[in-house]
Amino acid sequence: MITILVAIAALGILSLLFGALLGFASVKFRPEGNPIVEQIDAILPQTQCGQCGYPGCRPYAEAIANGDDINKCPPGGESTILALADLLDVEPQPLDAEHGTEKPKQVAIIREDECIGCTKCIQACPVDAIVGAAKQMHTVIADECTGCDLCVDPCPVDCIDMVPVETTLNTWYWNKPDANIIATDGGRQ
Amino acid sequence: MNAIAKQVWALPGGIHPPENKHQSTASAIAEPFIPTELVLPLSQHIGSPSKVVVAVGDAVLKGQLLAECQGNVSAAVHAPTSGVISAIENRAIPHASGMSAMAIVLKPDGKDQWRERQPWQNWRDMPRDDIFARIAAAGVIGLGGAGFPTATKLGFDPERINTLVLNGTECEPYITADDMIMRERADEIIAGAQIMADLLQVERVLIGIEDNKPEAIAAMQAAIPDSLAARFIIKTFATKYPSGGEKQLIWILTGQEVPSGRIPADLGIVCQNVGTAAALYRAVVQDEPLISRITTVTGDAVGQLGNREVLIGTPMNELLEAHNVDWQKADRLVMGGPMMGVALADAKVPVIKTTNCLLLPTRKELPLAGPEMPCIRCGHCEQACPAGLLPQQMLFYAKNKELERLEQQNLFDCIECGACAYVCPSDIPLVQYYRFGKGEIRREQAEHEKSERAKARFEARQARLEAEKAEKEAKRQARAEAARKAAEAKKKEGSAAPAAIAKATSKVAAQSGPIDIAALEKAVASAQAKVDQAIVKLNEAKETDPGNLPAYERALGKFEEKLAKAKTALTEGKAKADDPVERAKRQAAAKAAGVGPSVADLEKKVATQRQRLQKIAEKLKAAQDNGDDTSAIEKGMQATQARLNKAQAELDKAKAEQAPADDVGAKAIAAAKEAAAKRAAGIGPSADELRGKVAKQQERLAKIEQKLADAQAAGEDVSAIEKGRDATAKRLEKMQAELAQLEE
Repeated sequence: MITILVAIAALGILSLLFGALLGFASVKFRPEGNPIVEQIDAILPQTQCGQCGYPGCRPYAEAIANGDDINKCPPGGESTILALADLLDVEPQPLDAEHGTEKPKQVAIIREDECIGCTKCIQACPVDAIVGAAKQMHTVIADECTGCDLCVDPCPVDCIDMVPVETTLNTWYWNKPDANIIATDGGRQ
Repeated sequence: MNAIAKQVWALPGGIHPPENKHQSTASAIAEPFIPTELVLPLSQHIGSPSKVVVAVGDAVLKGQLLAECQGNVSAAVHAPTSGVISAIENRAIPHASGMSAMAIVLKPDGKDQWRERQPWQNWRDMPRDDIFARIAAAGVIGLGGAGFPTATKLGFDPERINTLVLNGTECEPYITADDMIMRERADEIIAGAQIMADLLQVERVLIGIEDNKPEAIAAMQAAIPDSLAARFIIKTFATKYPSGGEKQLIWILTGQEVPSGRIPADLGIVCQNVGTAAALYRAVVQDEPLISRITTVTGDAVGQLGNREVLIGTPMNELLEAHNVDWQKADRLVMGGPMMGVALADAKVPVIKTTNCLLLPTRKELPLAGPEMPCIRCGHCEQACPAGLLPQQMLFYAKNKELERLEQQNLFDCIECGACAYVCPSDIPLVQYYRFGKGEIRREQAEHEKSERAKARFEARQARLEAEKAEKEAKRQARAEAARKAAEAKKKEGSAAPAAIAKATSKVAAQSGPIDIAALEKAVASAQAKVDQAIVKLNEAKETDPGNLPAYERALGKFEEKLAKAKTALTEGKAKADDPVERAKRQAAAKAAGVGPSVADLEKKVATQRQRLQKIAEKLKAAQDNGDDTSAIEKGMQATQARLNKAQAELDKAKAEQAPADDVGAKAIAAAKEAAAKRAAGIGPSADELRGKVAKQQERLAKIEQKLADAQAAGEDVSAIEKGRDATAKRLEKMQAELAQLEE
């Protein structure tokens, strides 16, 4: 009998001790913010285009962390949806067409002789990728442009074009090989 | 000793494909020819493209600089023959993508006229830096295939390097360019290797040659002078593909494995191709930049198989036609060998510095791979892999785009030799999958980098916008504050007349909370005066104008109403004024306004001082009654009295200022208040009161003296009484002094 009491007492003291320790740790080492938001934000393409309906990638990451759908990011496309599904352990869904379709990477180009220097596009650019001053010609820093097309609408003279990013020798990579279905697909005689 | 020196280590994995080398070794290296035009891409090497230094229309001499190095890892481009620059434009280049790139187009004039050269037969006497400069300026790059600028590779700290490996392996089938250059120009190779060894200050030079090149081995052995025999060691080993890979050759020759993600220099080894050594010799000793190379032209569709020294930039179709190619028989054009070469879509691309072989096989000779069949997990690929990787796993991950796992399988250690695909019974194009996987990983890395940058820029922008907003808000507030201050200053300026002060203070009080009791009292007084007047008038009207009596009564009612209102306002204001917060606010407002304490404030101050004084007097009395020492209390009372006097003086002054415009009523109220305050305080500074007090004190003193006398008569202890008498006497004296002061 005494053994059982001793065991219960020991276990009780231990559980109290560890409970206090855990309680202390949960207060003392509470992480700031939601770490999952950071991870989601790292997967999103950071175009800051707002096509998801949120003002930037981070707000969308927060929304996803709070249970919003993961298929609202057209610039990220399928790979982003798959990565998010993997991270959050949810079923991948097809891209929600309401928010746009997956397009090849684009870059904004200002037709410079038509630019009137109104600075409207500069204010619209979420990543400061347009340089220029009032009544001076503007131009896009192509390397920094995320292709969000937020600058296209504000332009009063419609002199901004979104063009697909050209593949250069530095950005060219091998394609996935086509699987030949039958022998003559490869040209064998 | 010799046996140990010649020791080699067996290459793990590897394959034995048909060599097909004999076709192109039958004839000697053919002389270069001058084509109709030369196309010189600016990026024939690994690193940044070179920078054009000539213009279209410029006449250039053979060996003249056309494009210089740009950045640390780069290589210059020179004119392979004399002629005129006809264009600098985008041209198709020999690249798997089939893309075009910037190139200088040279129209030869046929004279093949050299620029002035300064051969250095005595290169050993030249300063090290000069030799480096000459190598860097000569545009020499690794001719084995990768095209890494040689100057960069030789620029390692000599302390770090102990071995130079000369790669004469040439393991890939069909290609014999290195074989032929070793046979015919062994002395140039050895001389070039000597320069390299001198620059790197290495003890030993290991020359690796496969045993299927006996003529080359013999020629190289013969070219090594006796003086160098101890340092230059030729190691021969069994033919096996891909022994010629840099890391594979280092393993075979030294038994050392280059760690994953590292370079041979980390083991103290630098590896150079034999062709590169020969080119280096020509560059340093003969001052001939890299303008030509040995290229093997082979395959069953070629009529005249063999090696040729080709000017860099020669269009491939012209070179192939010089070798009597049967375009009908040719299935495809491969640059490089059958294992690692790339098929080119266009034969009009130029031969570049890394073009070691042009292979034109017939379809029968090199059939295309069959349809890809499923992996049966036979494991042959794993045994063939010279890098010790797991080709099957990498295949699955690449197919499913599991890039992270692909990377974990050390995909980047794959040298793309194709041994795995060669042995695959299912004809799976494994290398293509690996290339695809590498591309995807690099693309993803680039995208990630860009998105990180975009994020940083976005966040910086957000921070900037917020800062701007905060700054604007601060400015706006500062402006509002300045405007308010300016308005107040104006008010103050305009209020030279004391009436204006009263008005302004009352206004401030009405606007911003602080309550001006004086103004309220004034209002009450004036209302009272009006009521009094109305009563007087009413009484008069009773006698003189009884008909209009109701009107007078109405007027009186109105005035009474106003008086009531003013009175409530005053009580409210007083109640508020007693609130310490309100008081503090009022003082602060008064201070901010720079007006100084109002009359009401001063009155309040005086009253407070009086109250304090009274309290002190009570204390003193208590102390005296107890017979305690009262000097400290008396001192405090004096100080309080002084403060009271000062406050009173201030009040008088303020009242004097205010007086001319002040209402009679307000004065009356003030006077009444003063009296009330005096009453409340109990002791006033007035002479009459003091006199009364002095009289009382004298009475008290008399009483005490009487007591003392009685006590002395009774023989009691009189010390306490004496003490009390002394204190009372002192106090009396003080009061008399005060009285005297007052009467003065």
